[in-house]
Amino acid sequence: MSEEKLPPGGPAVTQTGHEDTRRFRVYRYKRGDGGERFDEFEVPVGPHTTVLDALRWIKQHEDPSLALRFSCLHASCGTCGMQVDGHEELACVCSVQDHGEQITVEPLANLPVLTDLVVEMDGFFRRFPHEHPIIRSSGCPSEGEDGEAHLEGGHEVTLDLPSLVPLHHHPLHHHHRAATPAVDFVRLEDCIECGLCLSACPVAATSHDYVGPAALAAAERLLEEPRGVEREDVLAWANRPEGVWRCHVGLECTRACPADAIPAERIMALRRELMFGDSDDEEGKR
Amino acid sequence: MSTRHDAHVLIVGGGATGGGLAHDLTLRGLRVTLLDRGEVTSGTSGRHHGLLHSGARYAVGDREAGVECIRENTILKRIAPGTFECNDGLFVAVCDEDLDYLEPLVEGCTGAGIPAQRLNASEALRLEPNLNPDLKVAVRVPDATVDPMRLILRFFATARHNGADIRPYMEVIGLLAHDGVVTGAAVHDHVTGKEGEIHADLVVNAAGPWSEQVAAMAGAKVPMTPSPGVLLALRGRYCNMVINRMHKSGDGDIVVPQRGLSIVGTTSWVVEDPDDLSVPEDHVERMYAEGSKLIPALRHAPRRAAWSAARPLVGSAGAASGRELSRTFQTFDHAEQDGIDGFVTITGGKATTLRGMAELCADVVCRKLGIDEPCRTHETVLLPHTAYYSEALAA
Repeated sequence: MSEEKLPPGGPAVTQTGHEDTRRFRVYRYKRGDGGERFDEFEVPVGPHTTVLDALRWIKQHEDPSLALRFSCLHASCGTCGMQVDGHEELACVCSVQDHGEQITVEPLANLPVLTDLVVEMDGFFRRFPHEHPIIRSSGCPSEGEDGEAHLEGGHEVTLDLPSLVPLHHHPLHHHHRAATPAVDFVRLEDCIECGLCLSACPVAATSHDYVGPAALAAAERLLEEPRGVEREDVLAWANRPEGVWRCHVGLECTRACPADAIPAERIMALRRELMFGDSDDEEGKR
Repeated sequence: MSTRHDAHVLIVGGGATGGGLAHDLTLRGLRVTLLDRGEVTSGTSGRHHGLLHSGARYAVGDREAGVECIRENTILKRIAPGTFECNDGLFVAVCDEDLDYLEPLVEGCTGAGIPAQRLNASEALRLEPNLNPDLKVAVRVPDATVDPMRLILRFFATARHNGADIRPYMEVIGLLAHDGVVTGAAVHDHVTGKEGEIHADLVVNAAGPWSEQVAAMAGAKVPMTPSPGVLLALRGRYCNMVINRMHKSGDGDIVVPQRGLSIVGTTSWVVEDPDDLSVPEDHVERMYAEGSKLIPALRHAPRRAAWSAARPLVGSAGAASGRELSRTFQTFDHAEQDGIDGFVTITGGKATTLRGMAELCADVVCRKLGIDEPCRTHETVLLPHTAYYSEALAA
């Protein structure tokens, strides 16, 4: 028995009793190495094997020089974005069973490749509006990934209890009344900053100064819940040729988003606000 | 007092431990280089359930760990504002047997200085309507949730801004030694595919469950028992608070909300190779079964991901499940232990106490290098996580 042959993410044997495998075509590039290429690997897979499981198996058993970016393994950190058969995916939740016998894996587009499947994220983060807090109040729209609100009205609970944690420790509570017995819940923003939307965006492919969907969606979240940021600053930041007006409404960003942050809808909301909102800044209207 | 502020420390491992240490040593004025074979937080640190412990989980069996947790919990909320969902946690009793744990829990928390508040069933259900309606009683404690990677990136961002050289995708393939003194590392750069050497006055092994393997490169011994656990991410956010089972630590005793997901953890067993982790389906099924005792709707929540992470437990093989090994951390000065100078290992511990671990390890490093500088990490607010990627975002 060869332990090495155990597939990642579950048992090797399919319902028919045969060992299941996939052929992976993996993009390779090393700096100073001259040129890119694809390497091929045969990987045993099980019913729950993900593309990331398979790539880590390759790294462990076939080619330790394969460089990968990953961290949380459950679609929360946003590090393992890549193109799988030409579509943007988080490799950690991309099942090999949803793909064919041969699976082609390439790095994200519209960002420079650092090595193999790893892109440089600096350019992604530099596009964001300068202030974009990641903690927001809970109970906002777009709860849950199935589009259902699992916590209806769960934003604030009035309970006749003293607060456990002094309110000033709560990041959102600077200007809240001090001695309320209400409990305000907070949560992390939906966007996991994975870069899938920027990679999928057809406009970003040809317009390198376009700030892109994730940054614009973050700006729109600030309009929805400013958290100390000036609305007018956000609108002015978005109201540029390389900002909200560059989008061609291809909707690829929203298709690619693994966290239901709905960037396309937020870009349109920003436009609506700039065109019809009650902004004092007349220059900001079209 | 001798000071060697040009002293160069090489840290092996870009997890919570290495990140905390790089930040601490940089603040004390040392030159720091940190290496990881992959992305930072790609080992254990990025994979935990996202709980910032209040210490209540340890307050009954291990008061010292409980005290450590509540101290660090308070410090981290202060130095990393905006990173935590500060929604508190509940320990809930869902059967009569759980009630046996109520008094020890409240007493343990009180003894450890952890704020704890008894709630009756209707109070708990008003806070968290999706809880098991049969729940008997709950205790509210200052647990919080965190995006594991972003918290650690704030340490890396601040260290980098203060001059540390953080080098992901740089794998240590050997340790350099002369006359019983470790003087640096041989490395393989996965960005260029080239090999090279990095020299340092002191090397710190912060490789978590891989610490034993890194120590062995210098002929030193670190007895690690990597103890994996399975975690399950389900679609849908069913709670805002951290939901803990009110009994002693066991399989599937916690549900942690994370954006639009609910994370159920965890199981515990032991392995020899932390790279060889499986995700047994029966463990996944146990997470469903135990998690839905806390929040019944989880029984039918769609699976988003199931994964394993290896806890870096200090201790020797022979432990069956890993739960009997201490969750605390240890610093090994290999000069004392193996007669190998210039080489320190820090391992064990948990994400909540990363700053405190780093402080004690940095004390050992500074003592060895003859540097007398106090720790300042408890009072230094960290840069945002985005500053790790772009210096322009450090303001």
